[in-house]
Amino acid sequence: MAITVRNLTKFYGTEKAIDDISFDVKTGEILGFLGPNGAGKTTTMKIITCYMPPSSGTVEVDGYSIHDHSLEVRKKIGYLPELNPLYTDMNVVEYLDYAARLHGVDKTKLKQQINAMIEVCGLKEVRHKDIGELSKGYRQRVGLAQAMIHDPDVLILDEPTSGLDPNQIVEIRNLIRQLGRAKTVILSTHILSEVQATCDRVVIINDGKIVADGTPAQLQQEFRGAEAISLELKANVQNAMTDIFPKLKGLPHVESVEYVGGMDGIHKFSVLAAKGSDIRESLFRQAVNEQWVLLELSRKVTSLEEVFHKLTKA
Amino acid sequence: MNFKTSLANIGTIFRKELRSYFNSAVAYVVIVVFLAIVGWFHTSNLFLANVASLRLMFELIPVVFLFVIPAITMRLLAEEKKSGTIELLTTKPLHDIDIVLGKFLAAWALVGVALLLTLVYYITIAALGDIDNGPVVGGYFGLLLMAGVYIGIGVLASSLTDNQVVAFIIGFVIVFIFFMLDKVLMYVPEGLTSIVEFLSVDYHFSNIARGVIDSRDVIYFLSLLGFTLYLTTLSLERRKW
Repeated sequence: MAITVRNLTKFYGTEKAIDDISFDVKTGEILGFLGPNGAGKTTTMKIITCYMPPSSGTVEVDGYSIHDHSLEVRKKIGYLPELNPLYTDMNVVEYLDYAARLHGVDKTKLKQQINAMIEVCGLKEVRHKDIGELSKGYRQRVGLAQAMIHDPDVLILDEPTSGLDPNQIVEIRNLIRQLGRAKTVILSTHILSEVQATCDRVVIINDGKIVADGTPAQLQQEFRGAEAISLELKANVQNAMTDIFPKLKGLPHVESVEYVGGMDGIHKFSVLAAKGSDIRESLFRQAVNEQWVLLELSRKVTSLEEVFHKLTKA
Repeated sequence: MNFKTSLANIGTIFRKELRSYFNSAVAYVVIVVFLAIVGWFHTSNLFLANVASLRLMFELIPVVFLFVIPAITMRLLAEEKKSGTIELLTTKPLHDIDIVLGKFLAAWALVGVALLLTLVYYITIAALGDIDNGPVVGGYFGLLLMAGVYIGIGVLASSLTDNQVVAFIIGFVIVFIFFMLDKVLMYVPEGLTSIVEFLSVDYHFSNIARGVIDSRDVIYFLSLLGFTLYLTTLSLERRKW
């Protein structure tokens, strides 16, 4: 069930919330929608779920347009809105029953479907409790259960783990991974580790525009800066600054060397080399030549976090 | 999306709203307050007048409606807007009018239950003396239609805001205006009196309550009701503008 987003623009009054956004989500893919708060993630999701129309542009879900076949689109989508609104005066089973009926789940399958969701989302102990009495983690599960009650092909989850404690976050993430296997999922977040942990692909959005689109690995590759290497040596020298420093600095591709510190003959350096180069081998050979003992040699990988900062900091 | 699924959706929302009235204290408070006020004034006058008639009750209930109905309807959409559940509801595959109708019918059913319970007063009076049943049937029919219009106005008010108190006040003011129209006729320029009178809820209600059910009065109520529901649907769609 593919999703096609084309040239989506939305104005709130005169303010442009999103600006000419286009992307595709393939069937079975988990897409992470990443961006700082207020970048336009929620607006885009509200448009895809037919809560509100775009000012211009279109979205197609499995070939159905949000403009012409809104009801068809809504049938195919399970949606967890931002802040997970719930009817606090209903109990879990009542609420799931309500959601299932509104989604047109067949009457003969209602019970079975509700029980299946209670099982999958781990709601067994609280099934007859009022939603208002539940903890945040359970509420989030109820929100997820509600979104999946009609076994939709597409799941749209707006910050599904916000406000949860670390254990709950891991649980919800696993749940999404597990359920997302057979579904097309769009998941928004501003937590980067979440994207790395759950998503096949990332779209980074900033100020209403898409600034990056690719797998987490691709983005790390594409947006990495200079190669940073941290180095720790044991060397019997009088002065590290004069005896070691120039020899490192003189290696090919090395752009800068920083002496981090040292004691008892152990010296730490941080070496920056030209983008795309790999100087680990020459560092090693240099150390052998000079009879330094190499205690540590590691390359720092550009994290998605750094990519994110780079792209979203104006 | 055909007619049948629309009906099913209206039914689902209707049941949920009605259950929510009876699960919270709202339904019981409304019914008790309604019966207490009507019962007190009705019986205290009954013994003074010494006439076996429900006329007084039918004059009293429209006044009670002015306060009770906006209180019943104020939460219907305003609460969903406040808590954000409106987003869940409107992204489900159903028409906006289904949402409005389901909620409207739930409030109407609640008022219907309250009216049904006032039959106790009818039974006591019927046991005490001869009662003319024509005005009674007309009176109840008229009250149901009037309640429908008031609820339509209340739901519309509830759709305009996410604050229940504001929804109550808007609903009350509009309902009050419709109620007062035929009581201020003497201040209205002569050419307009018939129009103002025709717009007044009480004018049509008193026609029906006399026991004469005229299609003009029924059409007045139904078209006003339809108009409020139409406006509510438009107001719900406002997010799309």
